[in-house]
Amino acid sequence: MRITVKLFATFRDGRQKIYDMDLPEVTTVQNIISSLGIEKSEVAILLINGRDGDFDKELVEGDTVSLFPPVGGG
Amino acid sequence: MYGYIGKVLRINLKQKSVNVESLDLENAKKFIGGRGLGTKLFMDEVDPKVDALSAENKLFIVAGPLTGTNVPTGGRYMVVTKSPLSNTIASSNSGGFWGAELKAAGYDVIIIEDKADEPVYITIEDDKVEIKDAARLWGKVVSEVTDELKNEMPEKSRILTIGPGGEKLSRMASIMNDYERAAGRSGVGAVMGSKNLKAIAVKGSGKAQVFDEEKLKEVNSECLKKIKENGVTGAGLPTYGTAVLVNIINENGVFPTNNFQTSVFEKADDISGETMAKDYLLKKSPCYRCPIACGRIVKIEDMGLEVGGPEYETLWAFGSDCGVSDIVAIFKANYYCNEYGLDTISVGATIAAAMELYQKGYIKEEELEGLSLEFGNADAVVEWTKKIGKGEGLGAKMAEGSYRLCEQYGVPELSMSVKKLELPAYDPRGIMGHGLQYATSNRGGCHVRGYMISPEILALPEKLDRFTLEGKAQWVKTFQDLTAVIDSLGLCLFTSFAMDASMYTAAYNAVCGTEHTAETLLEAGERIYNLERLFNIASGIDPKEDTLPKRLLEDPIPDGPSKGNVHRLSELLPEYYTLRGWGEDGIPEAERLSKLGL
Repeated sequence: MRITVKLFATFRDGRQKIYDMDLPEVTTVQNIISSLGIEKSEVAILLINGRDGDFDKELVEGDTVSLFPPVGGG
Repeated sequence: MYGYIGKVLRINLKQKSVNVESLDLENAKKFIGGRGLGTKLFMDEVDPKVDALSAENKLFIVAGPLTGTNVPTGGRYMVVTKSPLSNTIASSNSGGFWGAELKAAGYDVIIIEDKADEPVYITIEDDKVEIKDAARLWGKVVSEVTDELKNEMPEKSRILTIGPGGEKLSRMASIMNDYERAAGRSGVGAVMGSKNLKAIAVKGSGKAQVFDEEKLKEVNSECLKKIKENGVTGAGLPTYGTAVLVNIINENGVFPTNNFQTSVFEKADDISGETMAKDYLLKKSPCYRCPIACGRIVKIEDMGLEVGGPEYETLWAFGSDCGVSDIVAIFKANYYCNEYGLDTISVGATIAAAMELYQKGYIKEEELEGLSLEFGNADAVVEWTKKIGKGEGLGAKMAEGSYRLCEQYGVPELSMSVKKLELPAYDPRGIMGHGLQYATSNRGGCHVRGYMISPEILALPEKLDRFTLEGKAQWVKTFQDLTAVIDSLGLCLFTSFAMDASMYTAAYNAVCGTEHTAETLLEAGERIYNLERLFNIASGIDPKEDTLPKRLLEDPIPDGPSKGNVHRLSELLPEYYTLRGWGEDGIPEAERLSKLGL
């Protein structure tokens, strides 16, 4: 299945901004961050299709995963 | 006396008189300082019904008890007056170094009364205070005035000034200090301009006394540790500035685009903090004793400039809200706002409203004098900013702010504002608590009176579901009360990403010898919030104005991750009023006021 993964802020250091991944069925966000070398504890905000996501949720075809380290402002 | 200096500088511009008065310490402690004390002084001295641009309005420039101390970020001051934009209380906060210098010169408060017959400026060197002829400065932009006065004053003086925007009484005019820091919102620059006051230059040699130096060292090191360890204040903000929000707010589908007609912007990454840091950032620009240093200096190559870079709100206002993805055009619009002394949020949002007026046929081609008002036109945001600053043509109408502009065309509902203050960069249709905060903020459409983005989007101090209503009214109240405390102490709101109420309490007690608990300090915040509310009601603001633009209550977001949502304000407001101890009509009731000592 096709999954889009978007990285932001320091997660882009040494990585791409965006990945179009072709992944097997039964893939979770945890699998994706492991493949990118990102620790779960580094992820402050995880969105799946713009909504609050879960590391263990099984993704479905066409999902977009957005990952952020701690960020803020105002 | 600890923390406070104990002195109020009262300057009457008509009489050209300067008087130093004692600060009523009991009053000061009850309302902390800054925003709270300024509001109390206003209520004691001025009828809230006053015409904001008349000589009878007064300008209260107030430092906090922690301003000028070693507490991290303790350099802030507050301008309190009646807003010519919203007719509500205006309390506009600024960083930089000017506020700390005011304390060093030996004052907690400056009260500016009446109106000078001709343009003047004020110089303060400790107890030497003079009112001088500003004819040569009038009409000049902020950097010119600042350079001139820095040359005239002793080394390391700090300059606060208005630009041409304030002189021409734009209701979006800001008061600028240290070149690029702004008491930005609510049109406080127009109040200063209406008094024919161009600038206040200050140099001080003293310092406020601290009650318990040893304890303060301990507290400061704890504060610094928390700030450094926190991912937002220790890494996110220092690396990217506030601009880091562009992508996250857009990814959530709450990044208002084309005057809130939608809330996802395809080209958000082009105007993001990541792009700014990678391609344009020259260096950081920290305020007084700030370990966060979110301020940016960027280059504008084709103008040969190295200037203050835009904040997140500015990138949004001139960017997606106007459909613009050219980051350099935004740098330029930001630069002209800083030079003309204009609020970037209100100016960008007003240009966006004008673009929609044009799109819908209300503004006609012949009014444009050859300029474009098409969404997405990058030159347009730069050129219209200049027109607003100079008060020329349609720019003069726009200088009145988006509400009055849209009202002139018979469609005030196209102004995305609350109480006539333009909303900032978050679509409340997808962030329920934040929408309640917009509706109930005492100065109108403002994000920094209770920054609910923190729990609803950024997961600080914990993650709340942004679409649910449960518990949100209580969160908003607590955030509003805590923010009133921080604004009154003289610290930066960004510390609250890392620090909790107990740490502010410890810092205040160490500096001033007060015996607050976190609860009593939050109660002081609630007292301040209620006093501001009383100001607004006395000014004639109907609590029915605790609302949002019709679009945000009735038209669902048309696409993106927050598609299909409107803001459910009517389900939140009654609970909020109850928690505040206000009646169903939104009027504070005697019982709560009495409990708060009001």
